[in-house]
Amino acid sequence: MRSGSFISGVLLSALVVIAAGISFLWVPFDITQLSIPDKLQTPNEVHWLGTDHFGRDILSMIMIGARTSLAVALLAVGIGFFIGVPLGLVAATKKNSIIDEIIMRTNDLIFAFPSLVIAILITALFGAGAMNAIIAIGIFNIPVFARVSRGAALSLWQKEFILAARVSGKSDLRISAEHIFPNIANLLIVQGTIQFSLGILAEAGLSYVGLGTQPPIPSWGRMLADAQTMVSFAPHLAIIPGTAIIITVLGLNLLGDGLRDLLDPRVRKSRE
Amino acid sequence: MFQPKKIFTAATFAVFASAGVSLSAQSDITVAMQLEPPHLDPTSAAAGAIDSVLYSNVFEGLTRFASDGSIIAGLAESWDISSDGTVYTFKLRSGVKFHDGTSMDANDVKFSLDRARAEDSTNAQKALFSGITDVAVVNDTTVKVSLDKPNGSFLFNMAWGDAVIVAPESIEGIKNKPVGTGAFTFQNWVQGDRIELSRNPDYWGNQPALEKATFKFISDPTAAFAAVMAQDVDVFTGFPAPENLPQFEADPRFQVLEGSTEGETILSTNNKMPPLDNVKVRKAIAHAIDRQAIIDGAMFGYGTPIGTHFAPHNPDYVDLTGNSNYDPELSKKLLAEAGLSEGFKTTLKLPPPSYARRGGEIIASQLRAVGIETEISNLEWAQWLEQVFRGKDYGLTIVSHTEPMDIGIYARPDYYFQYDNPEFQSLMTELTGTTDPAERSSMLKKAQRIISDDYVNGYLFELAFTTVANAKVRGLWKNAPTQATDLTGVSWAD
Repeated sequence: MRSGSFISGVLLSALVVIAAGISFLWVPFDITQLSIPDKLQTPNEVHWLGTDHFGRDILSMIMIGARTSLAVALLAVGIGFFIGVPLGLVAATKKNSIIDEIIMRTNDLIFAFPSLVIAILITALFGAGAMNAIIAIGIFNIPVFARVSRGAALSLWQKEFILAARVSGKSDLRISAEHIFPNIANLLIVQGTIQFSLGILAEAGLSYVGLGTQPPIPSWGRMLADAQTMVSFAPHLAIIPGTAIIITVLGLNLLGDGLRDLLDPRVRKSRE
Repeated sequence: MFQPKKIFTAATFAVFASAGVSLSAQSDITVAMQLEPPHLDPTSAAAGAIDSVLYSNVFEGLTRFASDGSIIAGLAESWDISSDGTVYTFKLRSGVKFHDGTSMDANDVKFSLDRARAEDSTNAQKALFSGITDVAVVNDTTVKVSLDKPNGSFLFNMAWGDAVIVAPESIEGIKNKPVGTGAFTFQNWVQGDRIELSRNPDYWGNQPALEKATFKFISDPTAAFAAVMAQDVDVFTGFPAPENLPQFEADPRFQVLEGSTEGETILSTNNKMPPLDNVKVRKAIAHAIDRQAIIDGAMFGYGTPIGTHFAPHNPDYVDLTGNSNYDPELSKKLLAEAGLSEGFKTTLKLPPPSYARRGGEIIASQLRAVGIETEISNLEWAQWLEQVFRGKDYGLTIVSHTEPMDIGIYARPDYYFQYDNPEFQSLMTELTGTTDPAERSSMLKKAQRIISDDYVNGYLFELAFTTVANAKVRGLWKNAPTQATDLTGVSWAD
């Protein structure tokens, strides 16, 4: 059971990552060349997944779209991770101090907003585009990582080995970096995987409303938006990018679950 | 003795009878369109959406457009033109009343025209009135308009939605409560949703068949498709998703009207922004564009290629598409001649309609093929007006110019594409002063050639006007000689 979900998670995620990777070297058709006479083909032997309303090969667009999704989500999660984790660790060292309050209440404030709505606001204010989408999604990853790392760090601070480190004269900062962080890394990796799949959804959502990746760079969300008026006579235009999003999000979630089972010492212990 | 029961029965019968009547001949209509007017004063804004709702329904001018684009009498019953062509004496219809009950007379005409041409006027088409030197009230039903020189298109100008007759009594609140002389009176405006009109019982002309009309605003193409399919709306004028039209055509519940518009869809080019200020570069862009691919790809085949800024159904139209035929090799050569053999980068700012968004992606791909990189940004209308139309902060954009006979905008160097050619400007001045139809025609043809040879903008196609309606609706305008949804002649078939 454990290995089942983990393995399918790995396989699905690998499928997407490999598709994105191959797209750097090769795609079946050049998608910057529109070919209007070939438009709206259903899947066939030349265009395996058919063509869109501009006659572009959908398989090629999905592959490059995978790249877009992964890149945006990775950078956004990166922002959340590299800002959120240090904030959480600092808050944990200064537990109940004014610094802790400021950090955590600000995080609560950000967390309280519906993330996608604010992401739309940010991109609408500062202009649509992949970079602003990354920043907008990234900002909402900060409180997630801050909370997880603070919570986990707090329980570690009570442990004897941390006490030993303090007695030996290490500063709070060094303890956080050398002892706390490695011990919560597993947890953060799991959280990161989940956030990564949410990031992909958010990117698709922003692109769907036209505020994410701008044309001509393909994006699954925009493919869905473009397909909207054509669903009634060319449903594959919506089904294919929709399926791609499902596969990616499902794969990453299964992977995250599997990793948690694998890495979390408590879960591991209880199973043994 | 009273017999209350009998009275009751009679009353019930009457109710049922009237309900029966309204069932057999429907007298209300719901018309949907994509854009909502920003306010309801056609004489102080460029927004065509205002005219789409109010023109001819609520507001009328001295003359008006008929459905075929010809100019017919409006509030002026007849007119005399002095032999030198500078004095127009309009004979107004008598007994015409505004919706607030005040009468429409010569003073209102004077007020309207003076207001439009005044120094501080906010009229979006002030040029229509620029030749007027004096408006004199002769008597209640006679107005004498003097021009500085003969103007062959004066009666045409007076038919525009920007030249409708308004009253000084009601001008104050016109932006929210329009008061005109038309066959329908304004009832209610629920912002973001609908505008309701109802029949004007005191209308001077023939009573319209419809009692009530509701205009609904549905901007999203998918919602538009759903609203028509579910028959929530009876008519959708300017249906935004051409890809869905074949489905409506195949459905016996609907009729699809494909007509012509005055909408020249162009790749507007900032003539002051290097390197687009170089005619060779603009020519290269023109030859890089494959119009048919854009019409097929963006409009699913609806649209007529154009080679200049003029409506193809106009008798004076010159087919200049050959002047900018699709020839990417020539484009590359021209770019090399302009010293840009490496290509260049510019912006392509696209407003929301699908002709712009989809057309933009196609053009970007075609330009890339000759080495021109465009950075696409999709804008909402407000942003587009701010950045492109007013701010002139753009390289390229795609927009449809839907005003009739608007080639005169090329004589305005401060217009957003910033084309400044004295030869063209003097030709336009000359044209305004010419009344002889043959001379006018040859001037118009010359004007089309000049802007085509200067490659001011990329001329793409004439927008098709597609209306989807319930199969039983009669009397809708098929073509759009001006932006209007004239409901005065609309009725339901039994």
